[in-house]
Amino acid sequence: MATEYKLRMGDGKRIFMTKEQIMADLKEGMADAADLGSIPDISADELDKLFDILTMPSRMVGVELGKEVPVTHDIGTLRIDGDQGNSGVGIPSSRLVGIMMHERAFGADTMELGHIDYSYKPAKPVIAQEMQTMEVVQQNTIVPMFYGAMPNMGLYYTPDGPFENPGDLMKAFKIEEARKSMEDSAKHLTRDIVWIMQRMMASGADGVNFDTVGAAGDGDMYASLHAIEALRKQYPDIYIESGMAGELMLGMHGEMEYDGVTLAGLWPHQQAPLAAKAGANVFGPVVNTNTSKSGAWNLGRAVTFIKQAVKDSPIPCHVNMGMGVGGIPMLETPTIDAVSRASKAMVEIAGVDGI
Amino acid sequence: MGMPISHIMTSGMSGIRAAGDLVARMQFSENMRIADAKDYVAKKLDVTTDDLSDEYVMRELREDLGIGVITSVAGAPKGIAAKMNIEKLLDIKINSCERFRNQLR
Repeated sequence: MATEYKLRMGDGKRIFMTKEQIMADLKEGMADAADLGSIPDISADELDKLFDILTMPSRMVGVELGKEVPVTHDIGTLRIDGDQGNSGVGIPSSRLVGIMMHERAFGADTMELGHIDYSYKPAKPVIAQEMQTMEVVQQNTIVPMFYGAMPNMGLYYTPDGPFENPGDLMKAFKIEEARKSMEDSAKHLTRDIVWIMQRMMASGADGVNFDTVGAAGDGDMYASLHAIEALRKQYPDIYIESGMAGELMLGMHGEMEYDGVTLAGLWPHQQAPLAAKAGANVFGPVVNTNTSKSGAWNLGRAVTFIKQAVKDSPIPCHVNMGMGVGGIPMLETPTIDAVSRASKAMVEIAGVDGI
Repeated sequence: MGMPISHIMTSGMSGIRAAGDLVARMQFSENMRIADAKDYVAKKLDVTTDDLSDEYVMRELREDLGIGVITSVAGAPKGIAAKMNIEKLLDIKINSCERFRNQLR
């Protein structure tokens, strides 16, 4: 009887696979990425190494000594006192306490402050509170400290915002009106991000984490890139991390461009140069996890995509490896065996500069 | 919590427990890739790149350099004071330190 190894499905469930099944899934996942992204396969040696990492008998694995990389975080401190919606554990504490716990108890390389709703727009009415908190955080911490939030352009559409919802307009075949609504929303989003970050920089922030750029489609990315460009111009030394939302930029508008490049349909390796051009210091590529496929399929696919993003990026890449991306199972409590294996594979095979 | 801490334990540089904050600063302040950032910090600290993730080396060195340690040492530089020492050590400017200096009369 063939030896079976313990692996995970993309939803986190325990499964058992033979070597032949694992290698077949690794190759199939790799081929899917190579086909979609028009990028090269990873090598046979790298596939073998992926197999070795996936089948290590230990519950938790780690990178080889000397290959460690810095880790950046989205949402950060909200994990401590936040509710389930933020994957928070609901421990009553201030954001300062959460940040200090990450720095001094958990060994975080960087950390960030974020609004409990974790988008830029809701931070506007409470900006003085955010500034005061950033000042106190900066007085008490040492690691690089960002202000983090999602651009989240959907908040600018009705019923939450001032511009008519493009989804409603498109359903009525009002395509040009829908595009105009996205263009107007993008201008407001850029303006709001810059306004907030001007105040956070005045409060001592090291920089900004653009989390989930493009979640509302190409208009969201357009607005974010222009905000990055404006911030870099005003603050030459600001730290800027630009992280993706999903693996493919959705063309909600379809014709928005940055630096002469159409944003719709861009994969991670194609987005990285644009983030660098706008002025980001670090790019956060994303590859989605397919819950119906095995961990081998997902990791083979994710490593293939990310390796190319690292190669094509002019700036360091901190791969997104939260729940449901980067080969991590789509699960609120992702298992340590799956997380540590995906983490090791991204560092040692994809060659990421950070996580 | 299992996800971020798993990443820190698997791949991270342990922040101020070792030298992860310093390497991250060079990535963000100078767009340095991981190898360049580690080389830069290691040269400034006069250690090897492997030492940057070694708590045994970094614990005492960080205290000697006044750049902050993970345990609460009474009287040791913390917060802005530690970051001012990091500015000198890495030859960079840190925004919160600049703001602090601008408020002094």
